[in-house]
Amino acid sequence: MSFDIQCIRQDFPILQQQIRGKPLVFLDSGASAQKPRAVIDAMVRCMEERYANVHRGAYFLSEAATEAYEAARGAVARFINAADPREVIFTPNSTAAINLVAHSWGRGVLRPGQAVLISEMEHHANLVPWQMLRDEGRGIELRVARVTDAGELDLEDVAAKLADGKVGLVAITHMSNVLGTVTPAERLVRMAHDAGAKILFDGSQAAVHRRVDMQALGADFYAFTGHKLYGPTGIGVLWARLEHQERMPPFLGGGDMIAMVTIDRTEWAAPPAKFEAGTPPIIEAVGLHAAVDYVSAIGMPAVEAHERRLVDHAMRRLSDIESLGLLGRAQDRGGVFAFSLDNAHPHDLATLLDRAGIAVRAGRHCAEPLHTRFGMEGGTVRASFGLYTTEGEIDYLAEALSKAREFFA
Amino acid sequence: MFDDLRDLYQEVILDHGRKPRNFRRLEDADRSARGDNPMCGDRLELYLKLAPDGSIADAAFQGRGCAISTASASLMTETVKGKSAGQAHALAERFRELAMTGTCPDCGTDLAEEMERLQPLSGVHEFPSRVKCATLAWHTLNAALEGAKEASSE
Ligand SMILES: Cc1ncc(COP(=O)(O)O)c(C=O)c1O
Repeated sequence: MSFDIQCIRQDFPILQQQIRGKPLVFLDSGASAQKPRAVIDAMVRCMEERYANVHRGAYFLSEAATEAYEAARGAVARFINAADPREVIFTPNSTAAINLVAHSWGRGVLRPGQAVLISEMEHHANLVPWQMLRDEGRGIELRVARVTDAGELDLEDVAAKLADGKVGLVAITHMSNVLGTVTPAERLVRMAHDAGAKILFDGSQAAVHRRVDMQALGADFYAFTGHKLYGPTGIGVLWARLEHQERMPPFLGGGDMIAMVTIDRTEWAAPPAKFEAGTPPIIEAVGLHAAVDYVSAIGMPAVEAHERRLVDHAMRRLSDIESLGLLGRAQDRGGVFAFSLDNAHPHDLATLLDRAGIAVRAGRHCAEPLHTRFGMEGGTVRASFGLYTTEGEIDYLAEALSKAREFFA
Repeated sequence: MFDDLRDLYQEVILDHGRKPRNFRRLEDADRSARGDNPMCGDRLELYLKLAPDGSIADAAFQGRGCAISTASASLMTETVKGKSAGQAHALAERFRELAMTGTCPDCGTDLAEEMERLQPLSGVHEFPSRVKCATLAWHTLNAALEGAKEASSE
């Protein structure tokens, strides 16, 4: 399938509408992406034809639903080239996936005196769980690697903070949701492993913009979220090596995560069921399956190439706007641009852009420490792209930003 | 492109947003409180100087925020000067109504003139996500008058 942007846009029903009398220009895909018809239809079909609880009933519909749920696991495993579908644990979102590592692996495997190393550019989802772990009095330290003025991960600082061998886990973003910076994942894996640490990536953004390959990457944990990947809300993924899953105590207890229960004692189910207590997101799994099939049919390399064109175009167009301050100028970056305009507060700017039919996000994008790091406590406006974003939309954004400057002049 | 936004961003608001009045620290303030809108990072520090009878002799603020929240704080400090605590609370209550609904049916009586000055902010009611920007200063005023140190408009 070739990359025909107009065809692709036709696949997304929501893009066909007008907002306040203007065509919708949706530039907030980094927060959550829109859904293609294929995902919507798959979920409706599941509910209309194939729905029942999974793993429980010995009847046709339950078996069909179980099959669909496990097929989704297989599809996700292929999408990220996991060695084994059992490495894929379904969670409600990335936040839950990271919390699962923090609770289960962090409390069960990390030892007093060990440290977790994160970076200054983490989303709160990959910061707060580690602060909570640190503050539990288990003797676990939290270290924070610096970000350079260009918005890149300071690898020397990473090396320095790994040097004493006390870091048990590196938990780092694969792509910043503010700076757009893509971190050098393979290199980070080597650095972590050489220092005796395991490594978790927050792939919430990266998995949408790049082909991620678990076997090639060689990390220990990788988290991402369905709703940014053109799938539904309510489902996320923690990819975790089986050997780690074996050592991890369960996080939530309940149905579906047990092998045998007496009133006194329980034997845990085998991974990944051990980490999927309760009725899982069945319909959402079917939706996520359709989403990964959809992007795979277009092809991640084509998605990535399209995004590179958009990034280059946006760099040019945004740089033309006088007094627009762009946060981060990393060499390797994805389609996320956070910026400020000298005379307009981000919220005023977002309200103006909304009137022009442009959806952007204003604020600190769940990355407060990063905004503080760049002296932008008041926040920024963020435009983020999806595979349906066009160069024309970026031109329209640039035009609206120039007009907004005049408005507040 | 933005013509229909002139209702929200009236000249008065843009003017007070750019050049807020009473934008300073009151060194001899009797009361002060901090207002935070954690959602968007807006933050202001409000200072009140009270007269012997408890009325507001002077009001000033500092902080950072969008045009709406800055203009609202600026207009508020102008409006509450000389008012009793009771009147200030009443204004806060009416302003909230104005910001949320665009009208204030009970405003026709005593504090009519003051409410008239705040009228330019009524346009925010059409922007639900921005109402808090307009009310932050007033929440902070209530907190300061009640002797609290912090207010949040989450
Ligand atoms: C980098 C990053 N990490 C984590 C998250 C959290 O994702 P979710 O809210 O789906 O858990 C997001 C999305 O907001 C993100 O951009």
